[in-house]
Amino acid sequence: MSQSSASQKYSAVSGIQHEEALLFEHAHEAAESINLPGVNRDVPASLQSFARQTPANIPGLSEPETVRHFVRLSQWNHGIETGFYPLGSCTMKYNPRVNEQVVRLPGLAHIHPDQPEDSVQGALALLHELQQWLGEISGLPHVTLQPAAGAHGELVGLMIIRACLDARGDTHRKKVLVPDSAHGTNPASAALCGMHTVELKSGPDGRIDLEALKQHLDGDTAALMMTNPNTAGAFESDVREICDLVHAAGGLVYGDGANLNALVGVARPGDMGIDCLHINVHKTFSTPHGGGGPGAGPVAVNDTLAPFLPVPRIIKNGDIYQLQHSHDASIGPVLGTPGQIGVLLRANAYIAAFGRNHLHKIAEDAVLNANYVLHRLKGAYDVPFEGHCKHECLLTDTIQNRHGVKTLDIAKRLIDLGFHPMTVYFPLIVHGAMLIEPTETESRETLDAFCDAMLEIAAQCEAGDTQALHDAPVRPIRRRLDETQAARNPVLVWAD
Amino acid sequence: MTIPADLKYTKEHEWVRIEGDIATVGITDHAQEALGDIVFVETPEIGRVVDAGEAYAVVESVKAVSDVFAPVAGEVIEINEALEGQPELINTDPYGAGWIAKVKMSGATSELLSDDEYTLFTEE
Repeated sequence: MSQSSASQKYSAVSGIQHEEALLFEHAHEAAESINLPGVNRDVPASLQSFARQTPANIPGLSEPETVRHFVRLSQWNHGIETGFYPLGSCTMKYNPRVNEQVVRLPGLAHIHPDQPEDSVQGALALLHELQQWLGEISGLPHVTLQPAAGAHGELVGLMIIRACLDARGDTHRKKVLVPDSAHGTNPASAALCGMHTVELKSGPDGRIDLEALKQHLDGDTAALMMTNPNTAGAFESDVREICDLVHAAGGLVYGDGANLNALVGVARPGDMGIDCLHINVHKTFSTPHGGGGPGAGPVAVNDTLAPFLPVPRIIKNGDIYQLQHSHDASIGPVLGTPGQIGVLLRANAYIAAFGRNHLHKIAEDAVLNANYVLHRLKGAYDVPFEGHCKHECLLTDTIQNRHGVKTLDIAKRLIDLGFHPMTVYFPLIVHGAMLIEPTETESRETLDAFCDAMLEIAAQCEAGDTQALHDAPVRPIRRRLDETQAARNPVLVWAD
Repeated sequence: MTIPADLKYTKEHEWVRIEGDIATVGITDHAQEALGDIVFVETPEIGRVVDAGEAYAVVESVKAVSDVFAPVAGEVIEINEALEGQPELINTDPYGAGWIAKVKMSGATSELLSDDEYTLFTEE
């Protein structure tokens, strides 16, 4: 198929796109662009020994040049506000504008974590309310909002489990079972807590294999870390039995809440037997992803683990909200503040927008959208595990391999057709994985346009027009990057 | 994909060449093909004692980071230092210049497959 016909159908086009040099390469004058009035440049005699001897290497640029530099770079970026972003296991859902309005209210935006409690009762009330919501949604009633990211939440969750085991006298239990489909952060968190991981092989249906689990459970087992639904998009239907087996062996069950979007308002990890769960508010609860800004990965636990939660805890005492600084067998503080308030309040706003009676629509629409994509692409692409998926669908490149086309080629060709690629080569349990998570916020029109693009790529492959796939992407400002060279010989600093 | 007849293999796609009580170990052609371009290899410390089936090295490709499991138990007596600067040796010559470590065997081994058995296993 020619590119011109594709460009009529899909949104990606070439236009006024600017190559952009580094600021240092732009610089053309030593002087700065803005003259600040009344700045005394003389270094007082008492500080002379600290005066720098060589000029600072600050690029000389005018204000418009500086602005254009950063705006142009920003235009190379792709975000959820530019287009569809179907990264599997990442839940790239839209970030509603009303969340931003809430956190910009002066009474919330301009407070400081060290203010007296009586002057921030409103903010504490909202955070306490979020704790209640997350406790109810997860079925694990005791919540800390402190962890500053999902991975931090994982670490805190395992620290809590570690503390509980030690308090029980189970100091020797150091083995953490992690399914081979798990996120890479799971074994990392276990290792940081001084425990070692044993990988559990998935069964033929992509789920935890009960026999493999039984084989590895013993008196050294500290915990099982499980993600449900797992990263193959499959619900661990044996979850109750899995948790019972781990508990019977004296271990605890950690839930990786990365895929909570498939369950919210419908099923509760706590009811399944999970003891401790982290929640990615940037996934399930629509707060912005990354970008270097503050994140949050609250942790919810059951009654058994509650004594070990971090301090300070946000509690309600009569009509007053308080920070409780000492508590039972707490693992102590894990952040300098009670939590990253901006991102937490956005999550609260999202939950409030749905309300108790409508939260389930998030999960239902997310699961429906993923199954719609799965249904349209089945046949053209290999589906490794039969049956319905949950919030994300897993495909492989097995059919395209016959023509020498791999997952990476398909992903790169999607860019030409105006779509951010899906997650590729993860999970590791299938060869050439393509993991697609549309989320609930996409319309059927968007899903159809994406599926059309995927089907066009499959047809292009079947027609033997594989060179276009190997060459892709040809439209964006950068062609296919050499990931191997970038990893083997990274150039990390600019030098004259 | 090559599977030399003079080596033994594991179901984790490692190979082992046993000469006396010294085992040279690495990952198979099938493994390097599945991983893609290898960009970093974390080799074990010399002197480390490993159990059969224990993760003793890590290979990182553009796609994934994977543990490498020891096919035999014993003490690591030599590592392939060339991999530090040229991890791609595992891609270009997995059974030769891409070897990972030499282990002085203490007895136990993982379940080791012959070339024919490993061929059947990879075809499954």
